[in-house]
Amino acid sequence: MSAPNAPQKPGLIGWLDYRLPIFGFMNKELREYPTPKNLSYAWNFGSLAGIILLIMILSGLFLAMNYTPSTDKAFDSVERIMRDVNFGWLLRYIHANGASAFFVVVYLHMARGLYYGSYKSPRELLWIIGVAILLLMMATAFMGYVLPWGQMSYWGATVITNLFSAIPVVGDDIVTWLWGGFSVDNPTLNRFFVLHYLLPFVILGVAFLHMIALHTHGSNNPTGLDAKKEDKIPFHPYYTIKDLFGLGVFLILFSVFVFYVPNYLGHPDNYTPANPLVTPAHIVPEWYFLPFYAILRAVPDKLGGVMLMFGSIALLAALPWLDRHPVRSGRYRPLFKKFFWLFVVNALVLGWAGGKPAEGHYLLIGRLCTAYYFIHMLVVLPLLSKFEKPHPLPTSIAAAS
Amino acid sequence: MTTKTPNSSNSDAALAGGHEATTASRRDFLTMAAGGMCALGAGVALVPFVDSMNPAADTLAAASIEVDISKVQPGQGMTVSWRGKPVFIRRRTPEEIAEAEKASLADLKDPQADKDRVQKPEWLVLIGICTHLGCVPLGTKPTETRREYQGWFCPCHGSAYDTSGRIRQGPAPTNLEVPPYNFVSDTVIKIG
Repeated sequence: MSAPNAPQKPGLIGWLDYRLPIFGFMNKELREYPTPKNLSYAWNFGSLAGIILLIMILSGLFLAMNYTPSTDKAFDSVERIMRDVNFGWLLRYIHANGASAFFVVVYLHMARGLYYGSYKSPRELLWIIGVAILLLMMATAFMGYVLPWGQMSYWGATVITNLFSAIPVVGDDIVTWLWGGFSVDNPTLNRFFVLHYLLPFVILGVAFLHMIALHTHGSNNPTGLDAKKEDKIPFHPYYTIKDLFGLGVFLILFSVFVFYVPNYLGHPDNYTPANPLVTPAHIVPEWYFLPFYAILRAVPDKLGGVMLMFGSIALLAALPWLDRHPVRSGRYRPLFKKFFWLFVVNALVLGWAGGKPAEGHYLLIGRLCTAYYFIHMLVVLPLLSKFEKPHPLPTSIAAAS
Repeated sequence: MTTKTPNSSNSDAALAGGHEATTASRRDFLTMAAGGMCALGAGVALVPFVDSMNPAADTLAAASIEVDISKVQPGQGMTVSWRGKPVFIRRRTPEEIAEAEKASLADLKDPQADKDRVQKPEWLVLIGICTHLGCVPLGTKPTETRREYQGWFCPCHGSAYDTSGRIRQGPAPTNLEVPPYNFVSDTVIKIG
C-alpha cells in the first residue's frame, strides 16, 4: 500500500490508486512481496488451497441455481442436475471431488507447517487462524454432504448433530435447536443449505486474515532460519510461475478424478434417498473425517469420545506452546524428524481404522493410534523441546544451500 | 516514565486530584453503564434470532398418532414414525419377558426394572433411536441381527440392547427411551 501522502501517479490506475490504494496493495502483496529464495514445492499448497476455495465457490454458486433445499425435492433436484441440467454432472463432480481435493491440499499444507515448524514464533497466530479455517472447512463440508439428502447425508447429519447431545444438562436442547425439530428434517436441511452457502465466504475472509498474518513476518522456509533481505526474491515472477506449475499438476490429477472415477471417494449408499426409519448397516463419514471419527469411537463413553475428538483439534491450535524447541525446521532436528513421520503414519492408520467397523482388532488399532496422537502432542513434543540436541544450524539461508 | 521531571509529575498529580478525579470517575461510570446497557441490549436482540431456530409451532403440533397393533404376532414387531422418529412396538414372547424381568439391576449401565418400562408386559414400546448418536438399531424384525441380549443392536457403533430395550453393551449411555403412550383399546395404542 502506498503511503497516504505519496503523490498521485500518472494514468487511470494512478488516479484510482490515489483515492483507493487497491492496486498499490496488490502490487505490494502479490508482486513485490519478498519471499525466501529457497522455498520447495512443499510451499505450493497454500496458494493452491486458495485457488480450490475459489473453484468451490464458483461451482457451488452454479449448483445452487438448480438445487432445491426441501426434504421431498432435494434428492430429485440433485439427480436432475446430474441428468438434465447442461453440464450439471460436471459442476457436481467438480464440487464433490473439489471438497476432497481441498482437504488433501490443506492436510499437506499443514504437514508442511508441522515439519518445518511454521507454527513457531512469530507465526503462532498465523497457525491458529489456519486451524480455525480447518474447523470452518469441516463444518462446511459436513453440511454440504447433507444437501443431496441421500442415506449417508441423513445419517451423517444425525450422528454428527447428536455429538452435541453429549454435552451435560443442555445437550438435548442444543440438538433440538440445531435440528429445529425432533429429528433431522426439513428445517435442518434448509438451515444447512443456508450455512453451507454462507461459510465459504467466511472462510474467504479468514483466509484473508491468514494472508495478512503471513505477510507480516513473511513465509517460513525449509531451513527455518529468519530470511535476511539478501535471501529474498520478489514473489512475481519467481513464485507465481512456480505456483502456476503446481496448479497445472494438481489440475491433471484432479481431472483424473472428475472425469474417470468421480464417485471413487463417495459412498453408494448416498444414491439411496434418505430414510429416517432405516440406518445403513455401515455408516462412515467422508474420508477426510476418518481419523477424527476413529478418535471419537476409540472411547466406549459418549462424552469422553466427543471430548477427545474436539480435543485432538484443540491440541493442534496449542501446538506452538507444546513444541517449544528453539529450532524451527525438522531438517535440523534428528529425533523430531522421526517422530514427525511416525505422527504422519499414525494419522493415516487412524484414518484407515476409522473407515472400518468399530469392533475387534480395528477398534484396538484405533485405540492405540488415538493414544499415540495424544502422546505425541502432550508428551513427545514437550520432551523433545527440552532434551533434543539439534544439528548445527547454518548461519544463513545462503550458507545452507 | 523515568524520564519525567519532578515538575511534570507534580502537575499530573495536581490535575488528577480534587474535582477532576471525581469528574473522571463519574464519566467512567457513565461509560461503563452505557456500554453495559448496549451489551445487554445486543444480547436481548439476539434472542428472537436464536429462538427462531427452535422447533416451529407446526413442528410442535404434529404431536400424537394412533397405531393399530392387532396384526402383530408374539415375537414380531413393527416400526411407526412419530415426530419424524421411528417408534418400535414389539410383542414380546413369554421367554423374552422372563429374560427382561430376571436381569439383575446391578448388571445394568442404566438400571431400570422391566415393569417400569412397559404398561402391559407383552407390549414393549420404544423410541427406536440409539441413545449414543441417533442411529436406528436393528432387531425389530425377527430376521435382523439382535446379538447376545436378544433385543436390539446398533450397527453404527456397536451398542447392544436387551429385550426391555436397556443398554447392555457398547457406547450408548442410556436405555432406549419409552415414549408417552396409552392403550386406547386392546388393539390400538396412542403415542404422544
